[in-house]
Amino acid sequence: MLFQPAIIALLLAAGVAVAMLAAAAPFALQVIRQWDIASGSERQLALERRTYLFSTLAAFVMAVQLVALLLFVFNADRMAEMFVGAMCAVGTLNVNPYGFPALLAQMAVFFLAAAWLAVNHVDTRAPDYPLVRIKYALLLILLPALALTFALQLKYFLGLKADVITSCCGSLFSGDAKGLAAEVAALKPLPAMVLFYGAIAVSAGLTFFHARTQRAGYLAAAASAAAFVATLVGVLSFVSLYIYEHPNHHCPFCILKPEYGHQGYWLYVPLFAATAAGLGVGALQPFRRVSSLREVVPAVSKRLAQAATIGFLLVAAIATAMVARSNLILLE
Amino acid sequence: MNASIEKQRHLIDFTLASLARRKTKNLGLLLVYTLLVFVLASVSLYTHALRQEAARVLERSPEIILQRMVAGRHDLIPPGYLERIGRIRGVQTIEGRLWGYYYDPVVKANYTFMAPAAEAVRPGTLTVGPAVARSRGLAPGNTISFRAYSGKLFAFTVAGVLPHASELVSADLVLMGEADFRAFFDYPAGHHTDIALSVANPLEVRTVAAKLAAALPDSRPILREEVLRTYASVFDWREGIVLALLSAAIFAFAILAWEKASGLSAEEKREIGILKAIGWETGDVIKMKLWEGGLVSLTAFLAGFVAAYLQVFRLGAPLFEPVLKGWAVLYPRFELVPAIDGLQVATLFFFTVFPYMAAVLVPIWRTAITDPDSAMRS
Repeated sequence: MLFQPAIIALLLAAGVAVAMLAAAAPFALQVIRQWDIASGSERQLALERRTYLFSTLAAFVMAVQLVALLLFVFNADRMAEMFVGAMCAVGTLNVNPYGFPALLAQMAVFFLAAAWLAVNHVDTRAPDYPLVRIKYALLLILLPALALTFALQLKYFLGLKADVITSCCGSLFSGDAKGLAAEVAALKPLPAMVLFYGAIAVSAGLTFFHARTQRAGYLAAAASAAAFVATLVGVLSFVSLYIYEHPNHHCPFCILKPEYGHQGYWLYVPLFAATAAGLGVGALQPFRRVSSLREVVPAVSKRLAQAATIGFLLVAAIATAMVARSNLILLE
Repeated sequence: MNASIEKQRHLIDFTLASLARRKTKNLGLLLVYTLLVFVLASVSLYTHALRQEAARVLERSPEIILQRMVAGRHDLIPPGYLERIGRIRGVQTIEGRLWGYYYDPVVKANYTFMAPAAEAVRPGTLTVGPAVARSRGLAPGNTISFRAYSGKLFAFTVAGVLPHASELVSADLVLMGEADFRAFFDYPAGHHTDIALSVANPLEVRTVAAKLAAALPDSRPILREEVLRTYASVFDWREGIVLALLSAAIFAFAILAWEKASGLSAEEKREIGILKAIGWETGDVIKMKLWEGGLVSLTAFLAGFVAAYLQVFRLGAPLFEPVLKGWAVLYPRFELVPAIDGLQVATLFFFTVFPYMAAVLVPIWRTAITDPDSAMRS
């Protein structure tokens, strides 16, 4: 099933990204070994010039990865009609064992790329590029992650056979089934609500606190990650129920479908953006004491924290609106 | 925040002015770019519309069609078959259908003759599909005669023409009464062409099909969802093949973009030299050039997409119709319902803007690192 336009586009994006980063890898090693901002040698000058190219390339690759996640989910949802038994993205991703790993890898790359972009942004705003070495070392770590994502996607798409009977979300996210997703889905609505609103309140509060005082950056990042998980748990155990107006349908992917007005995107886009911003705050914290970044890091991390606060509040507001508009009564 | 937006605004301002200074060079690239987007967008808009149309048509068709197989070939349903199916839980109606093909040597085309069970067509009359009416110049009240396969001549009065709205399914259709149908084709009494079953609950369709296959081993149940899925994959596959073929064009375009971006005129070099001499940094020049690429991409994408939309939905896609639609002598004339799909736009964006931006990055960097003195001296 390689001849699907969206699949070709995804593989193209992932392949070009891996190729670009692979081309940048030897240079990254050179930078790590030989970078010396104080030197005026010809080699250092050449290195400085080349960093412009590879920083732009890497930023481009990362930005593309952010969009690729959206396209991946969008496409998985759309392909559901081609598989027997598949009704949404869950069915499509379950066609072979590489589906969900590919999605998780793409999500991991999304957050890593966002963190890298935050570090890169800070670095280019300081006159002496204090983070060049770290940035390129991170790039070398990101390369295997991207290559793995590409390999998983390739495996997954090559293994798609249209006549495979897959299990639909009903069997994966039902309360009787086994596994982590089912455990989460079986969580009662009330504790899940407490968890969800609690985590959102803590993360929005901490990011707000960080934006105001520049303290507790790591905590804010950790709270963002926790809020991300808590929101997914919340979607599984109560938000989706309210959207479907059905006490047993827990699927986190069906809410992306046109039947439900694509409501899922309203929830997931702010959630991913807020989490990425929150993690970006954490990624910047190690560098706040670097002398040339004393002014830059607080300014950028303040803006990221503000974005995270707004994003999390938006997620809570949207989820609340979805619950309020629903005709389903879960809590007496 | 405002300062950085302001900075980007000024960069865009400058970029636009500099683009306008070199109109011919940029217009050439823009034209090729637009053409590429136009071609790709036409393909994807058209296939998407066809897919939608197929889904709409099949919406009303029965959930299961049961055919009898003899030696692997489709055969008539003998009398007593319907009774043998009996009552299957979940099946709302079972109905034996009567239809067949008739080759009309006058227009060298095949018609589908059908005796509908739902509405009775009066004996001696026909209701014809729009394409049949067009090709034979028929209007209600006319008389038409067909020579049956037995050699006998049959004359019918045209009672009506089916509405144009249903043309995609009814183009070659001729409806007649059951008695007329059996007489015309010498159809054995009590036999049917196939059986249509309607099932209310979509989740039960596969179970019903399994029961049918068990009760009647010589039969073949065809599910609506299977037909739908086949249509979807056929159209997707056609689109994918066309896009894969066009990838050569995308590749050529990327090379062109690379060439255009690296072949700087002396004037442009001097311009960048001056910019750097008056304090622009390499990063600023890269930003400016990226804005240039972005603006060109956006313009080309919008223009190409709008042109493709007009081509497909206003002009009927004359360029790609034969490849994507397939053909027939009595091909239905139908207007596609305009539909834009987010996934398609995103995919298209990946196919055009992504290769372009990837191709111009290196030349942009090369431009941006030129030293001011060497640029101005040359």
